[in-house]
Amino acid sequence: MSAVAEPDLGYSRTEMMIAASARGLEGATNCFVGVGLPNIVCNLAQRTVALDLQLVYESGVFGAKPERLPLSIGDPTLATGATAITSMFELFAFYLQAGLIDVAFLGGAQIDRFGNLNTTVIGPYDAPKVRLPGSGGACEIAIHARHILVIMRQAERSFVDRLDFRTSPGHSGDPAHDAARGWHGTGPTSVVTDLGTYGFDDATGEMTLITLHPGMTLDDVRANMGWEPKVSPDLGETPAPTPEELRLIREELDPRGVYAK
Amino acid sequence: MSSKVTTMRDAVADLVRDGDTVAIEGFTHLICFAAGHEIIRQRKRDLTLARMTPDVIYDQMVAGGVASKLIFSWLGNPGVGSLHAIRRRIEDHDPEPLEIEEYSHFGMVCRYVAGASNLPFFPIRSYYESDIPTVNPKILPMTSPYDDATEVYVVPPLRPNVSIVHAQRADASGDAQIWGLLGCQKEAAFAGERVMVVCEEVVEESVIRQDPNRTVIPGVVVDAVVEEPFACHPSFAQGYYDRDNAFYLQWDRIARDPETLATWLKEWVFDLGTHADYREKWGAAHWDALRPGDAMSGEVNYGRYA
Repeated sequence: MSAVAEPDLGYSRTEMMIAASARGLEGATNCFVGVGLPNIVCNLAQRTVALDLQLVYESGVFGAKPERLPLSIGDPTLATGATAITSMFELFAFYLQAGLIDVAFLGGAQIDRFGNLNTTVIGPYDAPKVRLPGSGGACEIAIHARHILVIMRQAERSFVDRLDFRTSPGHSGDPAHDAARGWHGTGPTSVVTDLGTYGFDDATGEMTLITLHPGMTLDDVRANMGWEPKVSPDLGETPAPTPEELRLIREELDPRGVYAK
Repeated sequence: MSSKVTTMRDAVADLVRDGDTVAIEGFTHLICFAAGHEIIRQRKRDLTLARMTPDVIYDQMVAGGVASKLIFSWLGNPGVGSLHAIRRRIEDHDPEPLEIEEYSHFGMVCRYVAGASNLPFFPIRSYYESDIPTVNPKILPMTSPYDDATEVYVVPPLRPNVSIVHAQRADASGDAQIWGLLGCQKEAAFAGERVMVVCEEVVEESVIRQDPNRTVIPGVVVDAVVEEPFACHPSFAQGYYDRDNAFYLQWDRIARDPETLATWLKEWVFDLGTHADYREKWGAAHWDALRPGDAMSGEVNYGRYA
């Protein structure tokens, strides 16, 4: 990303992303978790704003209670002590497709202003510059989870005007079309980056900057995205991570600093 | 019932043929690396490798020269990053092109379900407004023939010539029990024309019959049973050994450089005769370190109705 001065605020930019994302889970019940940052975000939310949060993993786990930070979505710690382990067919068909999932985390190599995501390829599909992992469950998660939360570090090459490939659908840019889709999913509702937090405008479906993280400026945001960002008239500042959030991240969730450095 | 127990060498020689579509399934859990290594050692050629998540095992097999095509839904090193040997084949055709056919996870699962159920296709609500169907002409839109005319996408059945699945335990006729993450071991086994079950332990039939709810694959669809402890390493077998996350990280470094990778394959696959040699080469301390503590399930009473 374009250079953004690293202010000394007593916490890292990743810790700010984690805390801001976890607050977005307030009141959520059934959450489809991805590996990496979403995993630590969900575990933080379970200890702060969403005490009844059920962690659901596409590997077939409902209601995971991991005793260590899982290093993949198929870590054995997710199985031991879970509420249920299902076949992957049941997980995708009965839980996700049937509409039981409130909220899910997605990310990608590229996102556009309407929250469409690319996890498939950079460059042409038949002659890729970079071959990415592909959909996994993302395409159907984007369609069926009621709300999609996106966590991504912000950079001009990832916040792009035009995706190289649309793996997972977001908003179309035409809210009337979106309302007529008949999907359980209402598309992405927020994007949390290392610079700020975004919502999506009701009238246009376009990503809109809602808050800047402490120490970040609108110029930092502009320098790290491929379009002129829409900015909320009520642009505010993201509340800094609380001492309790930082303690949980550093002492309980990621004591070795694998994700939150 | 006659025993189907055999060695990995004989099972692979007997069941896997050049040009076959081979599925070694297991979602993070129970990925039978030992079978993949034996396929490399026997220099099988022109295979189509199917797996939801190709994982390090298919990176090794692609580097080993056994594959000409890949069918998948998520192509990465879970929790680590890329599969470099596969990326070189796709991005640079190095040393030759690799044909790919990709789905989403739900699409791949339903391909196995259709294959296992003898259905011509399986409908799912996915792929809407995604570019995936534009690059895979086998994913097709369809309108429900019933009143509401719902638009769905359909995927075709997947019937591997050979399905290879690992289980914690099986009896000699192939009745296999699995606990922990189930992946689509059952679906892949029922979909396969020929089926190999590899297990940590071959047990008496009475052990299986004591807990029939845990039987995922019945011996009636199984052709060969191979007992091979630690066969999933660096993947894991719930309750037997942990995922060797350090090796998954190491693989990223090994696979980045084709020469380092070739040296690894020589040392850890070609120069070893069997998986027993592989176990010995890692050494007992390595296996001890991967052993989890106990978390026993409670018992249930099936009742005796004599």
